[in-house]
Amino acid sequence: MNLQNAFTPEKLQEAWEIFCRDFPLALWDTLYVTIVSTFFAIVIGLPLGMILVAGEEKGIRPLPKWLMKTLNVVINLLRSIPFLILIVMVIPLTRMIVGTSVGTVASIVPLVVAAFPFVARLVEGSLREISPNIIETAQSMGATPMQILLHVMLPESVPSLISNFTLAITTIMGYTAMSGAIGGGGLGKIAIMIGYNRYKYAVLYMAVIVLVILVQIFQSIGTKLAIKCDKRLKH
Amino acid sequence: MIEIRNLSKSFVTSDGPVDALKNVNLTINNGDIYGIIGMSGAGKSTLVRCINMLERPTEGNILLDGRDLGSLSKKELREVRHSVTMIFQGFNLLMQRTCLKNVILPLRLSGVPKAEAEKRGRELLEIVGLPDKANAYPAQLSGGQQQRIAIARALATDPQVLLCDEATSALDPKTTHQILDLIRDINKKLGITVIVITHQMSVVQEICNRVAILENGAVVEEGEVAQVFANPKAEATRNLVYPEMADTAAISDVHGQKVRIIFNGGPAAREPLIARMAMEAGIAASILGASTRSVGERAYGYILLEIPGGPDELAKAVNFLREAPDVTVSVEVDYAAKEAN
Repeated sequence: MNLQNAFTPEKLQEAWEIFCRDFPLALWDTLYVTIVSTFFAIVIGLPLGMILVAGEEKGIRPLPKWLMKTLNVVINLLRSIPFLILIVMVIPLTRMIVGTSVGTVASIVPLVVAAFPFVARLVEGSLREISPNIIETAQSMGATPMQILLHVMLPESVPSLISNFTLAITTIMGYTAMSGAIGGGGLGKIAIMIGYNRYKYAVLYMAVIVLVILVQIFQSIGTKLAIKCDKRLKH
Repeated sequence: MIEIRNLSKSFVTSDGPVDALKNVNLTINNGDIYGIIGMSGAGKSTLVRCINMLERPTEGNILLDGRDLGSLSKKELREVRHSVTMIFQGFNLLMQRTCLKNVILPLRLSGVPKAEAEKRGRELLEIVGLPDKANAYPAQLSGGQQQRIAIARALATDPQVLLCDEATSALDPKTTHQILDLIRDINKKLGITVIVITHQMSVVQEICNRVAILENGAVVEEGEVAQVFANPKAEATRNLVYPEMADTAAISDVHGQKVRIIFNGGPAAREPLIARMAMEAGIAASILGASTRSVGERAYGYILLEIPGGPDELAKAVNFLREAPDVTVSVEVDYAAKEAN
């Protein structure tokens, strides 16, 4: 990467034009893919995380050991496959669901597959923060395991879940940049295709700066929301 | 009525099996405020958790009005837990929910419609003296207030029995007193049987009518609080009732004639007994140790006296003291002198 002539006035002028032309759509693609992927990752990951906590041997609703072991192995397996390789591996699944394996919408499938095990682990962590005393109290009231999960554990861990979902959404946004490399749209695609491949480094930096700003925004909103929701803090 | 029959519970730990409860037999009558007292590790918490089957007994039965709780299905047991509710040392409120939502949680879990549950919730907040805290969050409340909310929650399903697991141990003495008052009120007004688990004799003394003393998982003594106080038989009981009594071992190093006066629940402690002995019998005894307390307007406790002079004075003192009502007088063996011989 030769940066010597990357930021001359002409180059910057050109980058600005590309910025005005391509960035609005790229920004939309990135947000769209990130939010939809996070949504589905939570839809799958949240119940899985609940099962991980409730179903263990000393949990509120123990499940067969083999089932818990399988679940843990699958989650660890998916978590350990590098994302770029995962994208390629899930192509058949992507084709089945979306009908094609390239493009912005298609990039959602590998993102969800990569993110839901991550979300499941985050949810597991959040639910484990609940004091066993609270769970015992719910049991002493005659709550069913499902009621304990839905009426006690989930509501009590909302601030922690918000923090963790914020972590998930920012991480998934990072992944969208990678999926840009294989045909998904968004800021990642612009950074690689235009910025890197066509030597327009100013564009690359602009894309990165926009990504950084987006992460900052999501993180601040998430943190504020988590604090606002937490009734343990007196305010 | 709760009958605990031959209850044993053992846990398997990494250090091998531990017998938390050994063949416990107790009967708790309706309307009792029943104290179960013991040092930490005596098995109190395990015992109370067996009563509502949060812990499954290894052996024995819990009978609630003759119904064996161990034989119930999960569903039936959940129903029973609406009539045997529990409060805890740590209050265990849901911190993310308002007080009202906390109070009505058991009602909502059993499917009572929201409006009806909230109406009942406000009544309960009234009962525990916190009607203005409906929309406050537990974190905004003091410990005593949080325990009141927990009590309101425990009353939501109109229980027959309230289990209190060290419910006042995290509170200061004044708040403890207020919470105990509330529990006594609930017992009297709502007719709820209360089982109080505690390590503090003062709690038993203040509200219980019966007490069982638990040591190493076994009941070493059981009975009316007044009787147990008057005449503690087991050593564990004596240590709990008169923790100061242990000090008398040190005092027994003192040579001389010693007399122990035990007050058995009469008005004796209100009388200037020792002063009268000095004036009327001319014996100026010195007090080596004493611990007296009143339980329900009656005096219990002991005074250990050293009687100056020889055997004649001792006999005179003993005769004088024996005339007082409701006291037991005994001459203490002078261990120090005995050992010297």
